[in-house]
Amino acid sequence: MTETLYSELPTERSTLFDPPAELGLLRGTAPISRMTFPDGHAGWLVTSYELAREVHADRRFSSRAELQHSPRTVAGKPVTQRPPAKPGMFIGMDAPDHTRYRKLLTGQFTVRRMNQLMPRIEQIVADHLAAMRAAGSPVDLVANFALPVPSLVICEMLGVPYEERESFQKDTAKVLSLDSTFEEIMEAFERLEEFVLRLTQRKHVTPGDDMLTGLIATGELTDEEVANMGLLLLVAGHETTANMLGLGTLLLLQHPEQSAALRADPSLVDNAVEELMRYLSIIQFGTIRTALEDVEIGGVVVRAGESVSISVAAANRDPARFERPDEFDIHRPASGHLGFGHGVHQCLGQQLARIEMRVGFSALFREFPDLRLAVPAEEVRMRDDMAIYGVHELPVEFS
Amino acid sequence: MKIEVDPERCAGSGMCALTDPAVFDQDEVDGTVVLLQPSPSGEHEKAAREAAHLCPAGAIRVLG
Repeated sequence: MTETLYSELPTERSTLFDPPAELGLLRGTAPISRMTFPDGHAGWLVTSYELAREVHADRRFSSRAELQHSPRTVAGKPVTQRPPAKPGMFIGMDAPDHTRYRKLLTGQFTVRRMNQLMPRIEQIVADHLAAMRAAGSPVDLVANFALPVPSLVICEMLGVPYEERESFQKDTAKVLSLDSTFEEIMEAFERLEEFVLRLTQRKHVTPGDDMLTGLIATGELTDEEVANMGLLLLVAGHETTANMLGLGTLLLLQHPEQSAALRADPSLVDNAVEELMRYLSIIQFGTIRTALEDVEIGGVVVRAGESVSISVAAANRDPARFERPDEFDIHRPASGHLGFGHGVHQCLGQQLARIEMRVGFSALFREFPDLRLAVPAEEVRMRDDMAIYGVHELPVEFS
Repeated sequence: MKIEVDPERCAGSGMCALTDPAVFDQDEVDGTVVLLQPSPSGEHEKAAREAAHLCPAGAIRVLG
């Protein structure tokens, strides 16, 4: 097999919705290829569906934060190696630590629990759509719908006072912005940590019917662990779904035949959400795993200590797995996409995200049958500058 | 067709219960897989195979 030495992860999207074209070319010739990371580390880049699945599922590839080399720069500078994950920050850990923390949460995010939450989510969606109508056309769909709906839902689940959203939304945006300096990211992150830690301490005094209180009540966790777990859920719980709702609406508005089909047959929404997840792959830089030992994969040997950058976006457009991969089609079988990742770290909140998107898109296109962009699509500010792709604003019109 | 599940390996993603709630459920406390129907037939057989394939943690095995 030919080894292509790639000097950095391509990040410039070829269109509003398509991943960088180079990634597609690479997938065809060298689905696992050498890549020099910004810090000089000689690692790997995976672009095919099959290998992306394989690396995520193989426990010889670690998620430990301190072993990772990052494929992206921060404010133009390489990220030097990170410290180990703080207590409770389980996305940066392996078994058994990861398992212990995750298992305290999985019961809260089951399919059945999320279905039980549906009436409340429908209510929140209906309230925001009514307020959006009252605000009048034109209106920013992100500020009025896409961001507040998942923010309010995760706040209610965790027990975070929604009135305090301004600070955590601002700090989350700072952490995820590619324009932030390393110092700015650290400061914003510290403010977020402090915010959830103070909240956790308050829950000891005034417990609620919420997840932070539930985690305290297990008696197995320090306040720092509870706060860090809560912070993970808070950040992951609103930014990701918010961007799927915003970017997904733009995509559907650009494909009027598909939004018409969705309006005509609301039962299409379940599959439409899977296709949106496949097609949009909003986690811009994919995921990273580091080999704990030498692993033979895809005809190469990844040596112990080498990091693998996995392009979820390229994998989700792999023609070997999805026919006509670059076509957006809400009728196609899209399950099996890697939009929520794969392996034991697969998105914990995915069943919540599915319900939020199913309810959100259904209600939006039902209540606003003539929804349209208020500006030319080229003028929509895309989140090229953020680790999670999407739209900064989405000005829409309706009558 | 016979199915085996391994709650120890399970990561509680819920892909199985989403794919076929007649065959798979999740534990109330830790969300891990609960097998409702170890020998599914007809359309449930196909769905169970799909669930095994989708399982992110490799916690579902299809025998025969």
